[in-house]
Parts: sequence; structure tokens; C-alpha cells
Amino acid sequence: MEIFEIEIIHYLILSTIVFVIGICGIFLNRKNLIIILISIELMLLAVNINMVAFSVYLQDLSGQIFTIFTLTVAAAEAAIGLAILVVFYRKKNSIAIDDVSELKG
Amino acid sequence: MIIYSLFFYAFAALLVVASLVVISVKNPVHSVLWLIFAFFNAAGLFILIGAEFLAMTLVIVYVGAVAVLFLFVVMMLNINFSKLREGFHKHVPMCILIALILFADLFLVMVKSTSMAKNVTLSFPFSEFAGLSNAHAIGSILYTKFMPIFLIAGLILLVAMISAIILTHRKRANVKRQDAGIQFRRTVADSIDIVKVETGKGVVN
Repeated sequence: MEIFEIEIIHYLILSTIVFVIGICGIFLNRKNLIIILISIELMLLAVNINMVAFSVYLQDLSGQIFTIFTLTVAAAEAAIGLAILVVFYRKKNSIAIDDVSELKG
Repeated sequence: MIIYSLFFYAFAALLVVASLVVISVKNPVHSVLWLIFAFFNAAGLFILIGAEFLAMTLVIVYVGAVAVLFLFVVMMLNINFSKLREGFHKHVPMCILIALILFADLFLVMVKSTSMAKNVTLSFPFSEFAGLSNAHAIGSILYTKFMPIFLIAGLILLVAMISAIILTHRKRANVKRQDAGIQFRRTVADSIDIVKVETGKGVVN
């Protein structure tokens, strides 16, 4: 049966759906900095799924190597983003995006 | 084969549902917990497709470090989250429209790219690593061919760690700290006075 043959296109559709959900998360929760960071993590996960799928499809290992480096950057990004969030919360006592524009220097 | 596809559909459906819940739930703590669930499903997909090392890395790095970091921050900050959700329902129809357009766009690109990808030259084909496990194969090129990039990745993590510490570190007032520089700069001359005390009188400074 056709539906039981899992090919690369299934993985690509899945990663596209997750990526679009991540973008929707940024779009809908644009006032909440934490949810925006979480949505970015979701989008990076979608990209990782995409690269691993292509790596297996082409029978080439470089896609998986690249995914490791994406993972590294995602971890660094989350750490710095949350650190900035904590500093911002101490200054303003809120994490609303609207208040960010008041920061100077 | 049917078992494989059933597992794929189960993991994929759970991943999509989990990520939908992540962006729509009210409480950010629940949001982070569903994010962890989504990462577990993605790890399951990676195992299905044959990338065991990345599946384990995903669980360790994302679930063990990133998601727990999010959880810490969400629970540490005392925030009124209901205020931050204003306008959520108003934007949903527009968001769905944009999502559909974007999905169609990306989907067309991907269908095109799968047929084009067949013509690329492979740099590290699986046939070179026949008989090796996935982790062994990745290690055998990550520490040799990708050595400089690997070092740069380590440097990025170091910089991230230092910047996170510097950003969140604050000096508290009224806390006594040891300062070795000041201690070493003290001399006998400016710390001890020898005073001759006359009998019957106190010491007046």
C-alpha cells in the first residue's frame, strides 16, 4: 500500500508543519518573550529533522554532522536569550516585548 | 514495514500535536513541558530513520539542558502571563492564513528539491562507513575532517557560557567579600601604630 511506504517526503512535510507552527507561535504570542524563544527552538527542531531526513535520503553523513552544530548554536542561543531575559526582567519587572523599545544604550 | 510506518505516523502526529499545544497553552510551564514531549517524539523519529546518535544528543542537549533552563527561568520569574496573551484570539484567523500560504510555499520548494538533490556529489557517503555504528561513523569524521569547526563550536559554547554569567551576575550591597589585591597591598606601616601609653590615661586616637 502506498500510505505505508514512508519516504523522505513524509519527513519533509512533517518538518514543514513544525516549522510553520513555530512561526505561528511567534506570530500569536508576540508579547511573551519566553514563548517566542520556545517557538524558535521548535523551528530549529524542524530544521534538524529536515537535515537528518536529507542525510538519510542521500546516504551522506554531512547532514547529520551539520545537525550537531545546529544543536550547539541552538543551545548557546537559548542560554544567552534567557540570560538577557532575566536581566531585562530585573530592570523592567516584566517580559513584555512592548517594553523593550524603551531600553537605551 | 507496516510497523515502521505506524511508528512514524504515531511520532509525527504526537510531534505536531505537542508543538500546537506548546504555542497555544496559557501557562508557560505547561508550554515548556509539552516542548520536552515534542523533543522526545523527534528523538523517536531520529531513531526510526537511523540517526541514533542524534536522537540521544537531542534528548541530552535539548531535554536535559535547554528545556530545563527554560523551566528554571519560567518558574523563577514572577510574571502575570494573562496580560501577555492579549490579542491572541484576534490574530488566529490571520495566522492560519499566513501559515497555509507559507506551508504551500515551503512544500513546493521541498518537492522540487528532492528531485534536484539526487544530482549532488556526496562528501561522506554511508558506503564509506559500512559496518560501523552511527555514532562511530559520526565520530570518525567529526574529530578528523571537521576538527576546526568542532573547535569553533566549543568556542561558541564557551562564549555563550561566559556571556550568560556576566549578564546575570550582579553585585549585591552589604556583602563582605575577600579581595586578595587589597589584602596584599597592606603593609605594616599603614596597619599598625605603636603608641606609648602613659600610666593612668587611655589611648586617644
